[in-house]
Amino acid sequence: MSFFKKLKETISRQTEQVTNKFKEGLSKTRNSFSSKLNDLFARYRTVDEDFFEELEEILISADVGVNTVLELIDELKFEAKRKNIQESSELREVITEKLVEIYDRGGTLSQDVNIQENSLTVILFVGVNGVGKTTTIGKMAHMYLQQGKNVVLAAGDTFRAGAIEQLEVWGSRVGADVVRQASGSDPAAVIYDAIKTAREKNADILICDTAGRLQNKVNLMSELSKIKRVIDREIPNAPHEVLLVIDATTGQNGLTQAKVFKECTDVTGIVLTKLDGTAKGGIVLAIRNELQVPVKFVGLGEKMDDLQPFDAGQFVYGLFSDMWESDRD
Amino acid sequence: MAFEGLADRLQQTLQKFKGKGKISETDVKEMMREVRLALLEADVNFKVVKEFVAKVSERAVGQEVLKSLTPAQQVIKIVKEELTDLMGGEQSKISIAKKSPTVVMMVGLQGAGKTTTTGKLANLLRKTDNAKPLLVAADIYRPAAINQLETLGKQLGIPVFSLGDKVSPVEIVEKALVHARENFLDFMIVDTAGRLHIDEQLMGELKQIKDLSNPNEILLVVDAMTGQDAVNVAKSFHDTLGLSGVVLTKLDGDTRGGAALSIRSVTQTPIKYVGMGEKMDALEPFHPDRMASRILGMGDVLSLIEKAQASVDEDMAKDLEKKMRTNNFTLEDFLDQLAQVRKLGPLEDIIKMLPGANKIKGLNNISIDEKQIKHIEAIILSMTKAEKQDPNILNANRKKRIARGSGRSVPEINRLLKQFEESKKMMKMMTGMSKGKKKGMRFPFM
Ligand SMILES: Nc1nc2c(ncn2[C@@H]2O[C@H](COP(=O)(O)OP(=O)(O)OP(=O)(O)O)[C@@H](O)[C@H]2O)c(=O)[nH]1
Ligand SMILES: [Mg+2]
Repeated sequence: MSFFKKLKETISRQTEQVTNKFKEGLSKTRNSFSSKLNDLFARYRTVDEDFFEELEEILISADVGVNTVLELIDELKFEAKRKNIQESSELREVITEKLVEIYDRGGTLSQDVNIQENSLTVILFVGVNGVGKTTTIGKMAHMYLQQGKNVVLAAGDTFRAGAIEQLEVWGSRVGADVVRQASGSDPAAVIYDAIKTAREKNADILICDTAGRLQNKVNLMSELSKIKRVIDREIPNAPHEVLLVIDATTGQNGLTQAKVFKECTDVTGIVLTKLDGTAKGGIVLAIRNELQVPVKFVGLGEKMDDLQPFDAGQFVYGLFSDMWESDRD
Repeated sequence: MAFEGLADRLQQTLQKFKGKGKISETDVKEMMREVRLALLEADVNFKVVKEFVAKVSERAVGQEVLKSLTPAQQVIKIVKEELTDLMGGEQSKISIAKKSPTVVMMVGLQGAGKTTTTGKLANLLRKTDNAKPLLVAADIYRPAAINQLETLGKQLGIPVFSLGDKVSPVEIVEKALVHARENFLDFMIVDTAGRLHIDEQLMGELKQIKDLSNPNEILLVVDAMTGQDAVNVAKSFHDTLGLSGVVLTKLDGDTRGGAALSIRSVTQTPIKYVGMGEKMDALEPFHPDRMASRILGMGDVLSLIEKAQASVDEDMAKDLEKKMRTNNFTLEDFLDQLAQVRKLGPLEDIIKMLPGANKIKGLNNISIDEKQIKHIEAIILSMTKAEKQDPNILNANRKKRIARGSGRSVPEINRLLKQFEESKKMMKMMTGMSKGKKKGMRFPFM
């Protein structure tokens, strides 16, 4: 079965609504990206050096990591030679296939959230400044409340002015309790408190906010490790998820972010935010490829229902659906 | 520090060719391939990179270059010139209204750092221009954004104008203008909500604020970690509003910061300030020419000297400079110097500004704490005058005596002597650098 057919089948099994939402959110990404590719295929009937150079540039413009792109181009050149491909149209499918393959190379990494069925699930949010941690927590709380779960939020960003109040606004917006202390207090203590409160309230899920920090600040990174240890001491094997939030506009530094945060906090998944803009978030391909950390959710706006589970097939489908449509006729 | 990765990468590349006597067109091609990669890895937009490489190549394969006696150095010089050109020339200052208040609008994507920068800029202007600023809370959308600005205002003791989040931003700015005039405030810095450049409605709102308040500055706040999309964002904001400058934030991270080059190239507006940390005093004016030097490993000597001037005793510095020049720098001076250097801030930061410093092994991990300085003091004070003047005479016996006298160990004394030699080297470099300047810049790696 052709790759596109397979992809289409998986997609159609998912609910129409989710797919549409995803497509809508990604529309700008998809349009510019695949129209560029279409344009490329239109201009180059045959595959030559210039064709590959332009393809390289299209991928780089999507922030796919430079190394990943170079690797991919090499592989494509090799494939083209092996299969004796001369017409560019024949490469279309190979390209898409390779992109998904890069994403899948990490093996069968689960994109599910590690939810504990009969006890408290703790989710810790980490990331650099301004990427969308607090907003994503609001959205995620809303998602679980909709599923009938009991959610508590911990205002672990005690550093940035207004951060606690920001989380409180989200708490009352979606209807979740927020555990807080005064600004400037020890974040580990706030989270310790929140665990106690969550237990008393018999909550299903505790989501912990932390202050944004740049990964090269050693002290701040060890503060995170400490927070994680405190959680683990209270609840063995917790936090059950450590989600690193990455802004889709981030360039190559995203890879460094993932690397260092993973070292310090054993990141279990990524939330890719701001995909409703024009940035492509291609760096997640490199992150997945080099660090084997899966993307679990994407942020598609600032409203409470603008969070969607990530699906590699959908992601690539979103990027390439125009191409695929023209492929059918 | 940002840009460092780009600096390392470019220097490595250029270093490879530096020793070559003759270079061919193929060499230039290879060099350009490396330069291209270095820039792409730093997130410089691919179109900008393409143009840059084309320009350098064209100049480099020109006949005078390849036929010259030092072709590799000529090419490096071209790279430097083009890079400086790309970054923009000298520092651009903020423009001030003839009639107060000077209105500054802060705009940008979500999460770029506008609110924090608003506070920092007010703080900086108050310090450098003796200004009486007003912060205007016009972000009515993000939860607690107003609260954030009010908290910063309180911390800084700078007034904040806010009408809550039920009044439109346009109206808030309109009323803030009246307030600023009535209270004779001379700067009005408007914190607007983060928005996507493709959000027509919200971009229209910014346009309205602009038309109403006729700002002297519209500053685009951009996260230094931004990737290829930076050009699209900057272009949209520029097309809608006509930007007057850019503030690059989060430069205290380890990003290679190529977005700076892209933005400057598509908008032709200067980067005016850079954010270097989360604290309210962590905003600095940007010097493009110095940054270009830094990227190419020439060190940011001017910034270092400015920093030194701000905190070092003038006479002592003059004296010291003379000693360095005449090579009369002794252990006693070293002791004085340590005390002075401590006033400059963390030593790691200072070392990074020195030309070629990243090439001296061991310099990177010098760190000095109070206790260590006490120990160094004890050791030097246990030396005789002759020993202080010329540590070369320190033989094993003398060292043992000093160890007894200071209560420190011989290895510690040896370590100190080594450090002393290193700093002499460092200073030689600095003075060599400022002398070299008069005869035209020289690359320390050539
Ligand atoms: N367009 C868009 N904006 C988003 C998205 N997620 C978050 N934002 C916005 O990005 C800005 C920063 O989000 P925050 O949630 O405050 O980010 P943070 O990581 O908690 O920031 P710090 O706590 O300051 O480090 C806010 O204006 C959010 O509304 C998204 O998916 N799309
Ligand atoms: Mg936050």
